[in-house]
Amino acid sequence: MSAAATLASGLFDCRDAFSSTLESLAEADPRIVTVVSDSVGSSKLVNFRKRWPERLVNVGIAEQTVVAIGAGLANGGKVPFVSAASCFLTARAMEQIKADIAYSNVNVKLIGQSSGVAYGELGPTHHSIEDLAWLRLLTNLTLIVPSDPWETEQAIRAAASFDGPMFIRVSRMPVPAIVRKTPSFQIGRAETLAEGDDLAIICNGVMVHRALAAAATLAAEGLHARVINMSTVNPLDDGAIIAAAQTGAILTVEEHSVRGGLGGAVAEVVTTHDPVPVRRMGFPGFLPTGSAEWLLEHFGLTADGIAEAARGLVQSKRK
Amino acid sequence: MPSPAPLDPRNDVLEVIREKALWIRRRSFQMVYEAQLGHPGGDFSAADILATLYFGVLRFDPRTPLDPNRDRFVMSKGHCTGAFYSVLAAAGYFPETALSTYMQPESMLNGHPNRNYLPGVETNTGPLGHGLPVATGIAIAGQIDGAGFRTFVLTGDGELQEGSNWEAALTAGHRKLENLTLIVDRNRLQQGARTEETAALDPLDDKWRAFGWHVEVVDGHNHQQLHETLTRSPKGRGKPLCVIANTIKGKGVSFMADNVAWHHGVPNKEQFEQAMRELV
Repeated sequence: MSAAATLASGLFDCRDAFSSTLESLAEADPRIVTVVSDSVGSSKLVNFRKRWPERLVNVGIAEQTVVAIGAGLANGGKVPFVSAASCFLTARAMEQIKADIAYSNVNVKLIGQSSGVAYGELGPTHHSIEDLAWLRLLTNLTLIVPSDPWETEQAIRAAASFDGPMFIRVSRMPVPAIVRKTPSFQIGRAETLAEGDDLAIICNGVMVHRALAAAATLAAEGLHARVINMSTVNPLDDGAIIAAAQTGAILTVEEHSVRGGLGGAVAEVVTTHDPVPVRRMGFPGFLPTGSAEWLLEHFGLTADGIAEAARGLVQSKRK
Repeated sequence: MPSPAPLDPRNDVLEVIREKALWIRRRSFQMVYEAQLGHPGGDFSAADILATLYFGVLRFDPRTPLDPNRDRFVMSKGHCTGAFYSVLAAAGYFPETALSTYMQPESMLNGHPNRNYLPGVETNTGPLGHGLPVATGIAIAGQIDGAGFRTFVLTGDGELQEGSNWEAALTAGHRKLENLTLIVDRNRLQQGARTEETAALDPLDDKWRAFGWHVEVVDGHNHQQLHETLTRSPKGRGKPLCVIANTIKGKGVSFMADNVAWHHGVPNKEQFEQAMRELV
C-alpha cells in the first residue's frame, strides 16, 4: 500500500492560484480574456485588469449578460474566462448557461467564485450549494471542483487548452496544500489520495483535506479508508466509483447540498452497476446563520465528523 | 470576403432582394404547411429584413461559414426558422432540398436553430432575449481586435420585454459598439395580443436613445430604406445602431396580415393555396 497524501502547513485562498495561473496563461495566449460582473476584486483580477485593461470586460451587475457576452466573445475567437460569484452566476444566468454556452457548445470557461458556503453569515442567497446539481444536468458542460491551489492551477491550465464549455468552482475558503506522492491531474479522472479497502470516501473541493485528515485518524485505529478526490464531477470517473463500490461502502463528502451533487452522481453510478450502501454528507437545504467554518462543523463536515460517519458506515457494513 | 454575397450578374440589388423576399415567404409557408408547425406570422414580418441582409448587406461566404472576418448575423427571434432556414438555403449554406425536412424526426432543421447542426447559425436561440447579449459579446471581440466585421442581430418586438436585452443594451451603449446593429422587427404583435396592450414598449426609440444608441426608424418592408440604412458605414458613429423596422405580422397574405392568430397558426389546404395565389 502506497503512502497517503499529506497536508502541508499554511493555508491558501484558491482564488490566488486562479488569478496567477490565468495571468501566466494570458501572457502566452492573447486570445484569453476575462469577463466579470462587477466581480474584479472578488475574482482577484485587479492585477489582470492593470496588465491588460482591454482584455477585461466588466459588464456591471448583470449575470445573464456576463455569460452571454462570454459566448459572443468565443464566437469572435476569444478564449473567455467568465468569473463571478457562483451563487449568482449559476442561478441567475442558468438559461444563458444552458442555451448560449452548453447547448450552443461554445468554448467558454465559467469560473464560479466563492462557491459553497464561503459567504457564511451572508446567508442562503449567497451560498452556492446547489450549483453542481443544476449544472450537472447539462451533459456536455465539464465540471471541475479543485481541492487546493495546485489543483486549481491544473484545472485552469487544462481549461485553457480544452476546447469546449467548462465550469470550475473556485473556493475562497482557506485550504492547506495537499502533498501528493505522484501529482497528476487529468479532466475526468479521479485521484486516489489514500489507499484502503474498508470503505471509500469520495469527495472534492474544500472537503478533500478534511477527508484526508479523517483517513489518517481512522488508519491509526486500523480502519483503512480509500480517499478519492473526484474533482471532475462531469464527466464522472465511473470506473473509480465502480471500483470503490467493491470496498462495500461509500461515503461521499461535499460542500454542497446532499441532493443532486457529487453524492447524487455517485449514487446514480453505484445503483446502476453495483449497489452498496452510500452515505452522502453535505448540506440539507437553506442553512441557518453562521460562519463558513461554523456551518461545516454544525453539519459534521469536519475531519472528526467524516471519521465518525466512516466508522458507522463500516460497522453497518459488517453487520 | 465577397461584398455582398452572392453577387448578382444583373447588379440590381433591390430586384434580387425583392425576388428573394417573395421566395422566402413562399418557401417558408410551404415548410409550415408541410410540417403543420411553425411561426408564419413572424416569418413574413421578417422576410424583407432577412432578404435585405443576406442579399444586400452581409459580407460572408457560405463555403467558409466560420471565417473570422465574416459579418455575423444573430437570429434572436429563433422561432421564425421558416424564414431563417429559407434565407440560409437561398444564400447557399445548405441545399434547398433540406428545407423539406423541417421539424421532421432527426432533421437538422429543428424548430429553433442549432449552430451545431447548421452552418450559418452563430448561436442557438429559442428562448427570447438571448440574441442581443451574445451579439454584443461578438461585437466586443471585434472591438478588442479592431476587426472590420460587423455584427447584426434581429429581435422581435415582444421579445424586448425580456430584461436581458436591456442589460446588453447598457453594455453596448457604454462601450460605444458602433460595429453592432440591432434590428427590431416591430410588428406590434406578440404571441397572445398586441405589445402595447401587454407590456407597452413605446416610446421605443426614446428607450434606445436613452441607453446610448443611435436610432433609425424605417419601413421594414421597404427594401430601399432597409438597404440604405444597413449598408451605411458605422465608422465614426460612436454608438451602436438600433433600426426599428415597422412591419406587419403576416405581411403578404391578406387573411394573415396583422392577425395575432397567425403567430403560430398553421394553414389548411385551402388557406395554403390561397396564400400561394397571393404571394406572386
